[in-house]
Amino acid sequence: MYRTNFRDHLVLIIGSLMMLLPVVVAFTTSTHEAADIHMNGLTLVPGDHFAETYETVLTRQGGLTGKVAGLTMLGHSLILGLGFAIGKIVLSMLAAYAIVYFRFRAATAMFWIIFTTLLLPLEVRILPSYEVMHKLGLINTYTGLIVPLLASATGTFFFRQFFKSVPDELLEAARIDGAGPFKFFIDILVPLSRTMIAAMFIIMFVYGWNQYLWPMLMTNDEGFYTLVRGIKQILIVWVGSQIPDYNEAFAMAVLAMLPPVALVVIFQNWFIKGLTESDK
Amino acid sequence: MKRAQFSSSLLPYLFLAPQLAVIFIFFYWPSAEAIRSSFFLEDPFGFGSTFVGFQNYIDTLTSPEYLGIAAFTALFTVLVTFFSLAAGLLLAVKADKVIRGSSAYKTLLISVYAIAPPVAGLIGMMFFDQHIGPFVRLAALFGWEMKVGLNYWDTTFAMVFVAVWKQIPYNFIFFLSGLQSIPASVLEAAVIDCRNGLRRFWTVLAPLLTPTAFFLLIINFTYALFDTFGVIDVMVKDKAANNPITLTYKVYMDGFRGNDLGGSSAQSVILMVVVLVLTVFQFRFLERRVHYG
Repeated sequence: MYRTNFRDHLVLIIGSLMMLLPVVVAFTTSTHEAADIHMNGLTLVPGDHFAETYETVLTRQGGLTGKVAGLTMLGHSLILGLGFAIGKIVLSMLAAYAIVYFRFRAATAMFWIIFTTLLLPLEVRILPSYEVMHKLGLINTYTGLIVPLLASATGTFFFRQFFKSVPDELLEAARIDGAGPFKFFIDILVPLSRTMIAAMFIIMFVYGWNQYLWPMLMTNDEGFYTLVRGIKQILIVWVGSQIPDYNEAFAMAVLAMLPPVALVVIFQNWFIKGLTESDK
Repeated sequence: MKRAQFSSSLLPYLFLAPQLAVIFIFFYWPSAEAIRSSFFLEDPFGFGSTFVGFQNYIDTLTSPEYLGIAAFTALFTVLVTFFSLAAGLLLAVKADKVIRGSSAYKTLLISVYAIAPPVAGLIGMMFFDQHIGPFVRLAALFGWEMKVGLNYWDTTFAMVFVAVWKQIPYNFIFFLSGLQSIPASVLEAAVIDCRNGLRRFWTVLAPLLTPTAFFLLIINFTYALFDTFGVIDVMVKDKAANNPITLTYKVYMDGFRGNDLGGSSAQSVILMVVVLVLTVFQFRFLERRVHYG
């Protein structure tokens, strides 16, 4: 139908390089010494300080209070990503199940109460959210870090769309066989949603892992920092130093982006499916 | 609506309870607080607050600084949206055309999606660094002395560049899936009727892509308005004085650095109104003008 020509490939190759080169350069540069980078600039050639730099970044107790190491931050990022993804999936599947599969009077009202949250992103209500969290005493807690982020309807919307596409006959058949609401949900609907759950998990894990503003407000104790939250600290430590630790900054950036990027690349089919079907 | 449903008066509420609890505590309560405190002037030493009516709004909307930032936000949003949509579309059209290596290109092009905005900002800072940044060196070759972090427009350039870079994969994914859902029969008919590839794109493919493009337009607006916070925060490093910032960043600055609860809340409410208008616009006005194939 079309004849592939050289120009198409050229555009794609330039595009791919534009997207990927900065990431590759971040990695290769992180394997050089700071003074080396300061002299010669960014480089595409891998250096021989890989193990050294990454060991330092992961295990050295650094930061302003001297009690936060890269590994601790990595752990917190994992907790935030996993906690958020699992919480989101559980909450939104239950809510979507209630909205789609039950006949009750307030159904429409509930729908609107939940979906209004799609209109206002967290960023426009940060200060009042902070005040509320302060009143509840949730500053520097995992609950405060994870639960408020669950207050949006993206997942619910996604599962609602999917449940609506499940054939009615399934429920009819299940009811004839005597299945109640719990049995239908656990034995039929959940197994049927496996792919959807996987897709949602990837998207939500990446979203949780990448959170920046909220962790910044909720955690002022360095013992609770995530990797992405720690990025800011690197830059603050820099101010005033003669030769900034470029290598360590890049190593941190690599650590902060590796898990979500790997997840998206490995499970790209699920991820794309989830993304294009949830947002429409 | 399902034909078959359970009818139970209690169970649905039980299933909805966790979600509703989270939404009420962490969405409705803070949103109501934002609206409430936007009408009050908070005492800087924490001794209560006085009702001032619309004074916070008047102060905000008549402040030249705020209006300057609003103008910058508009410019920033338009630039980021335009360039990331254009690049995403171009790459998607090409990736849809090629047969050999298309999945490899796809993998390479989407991977940046998963990078957090502040991490993208950090990498961007390095590329635009005074000492080690290759972009600064490249610009110097053309006689452009780039000073990101010091020169207002140079910082703007770097911020837009990083924000666009980070958003291209998202637009690419949606344009590609939009293109792939166009039936082969339509494409074949178009090839018979029109030999010119570019003209075929604008008369056949582009109209069929408008729902996708339109959806992406709104998503990109919200991205540029809100999700770029991390990029901006890393790139201006708290020294907002001479640097360009967006309205969202200003809410944060005034609320957490300036301790101006009333002013920050008024700004929050103004942003809420902007988002609401965008959403209503999306549903009421633009959707009618869009062709759904």
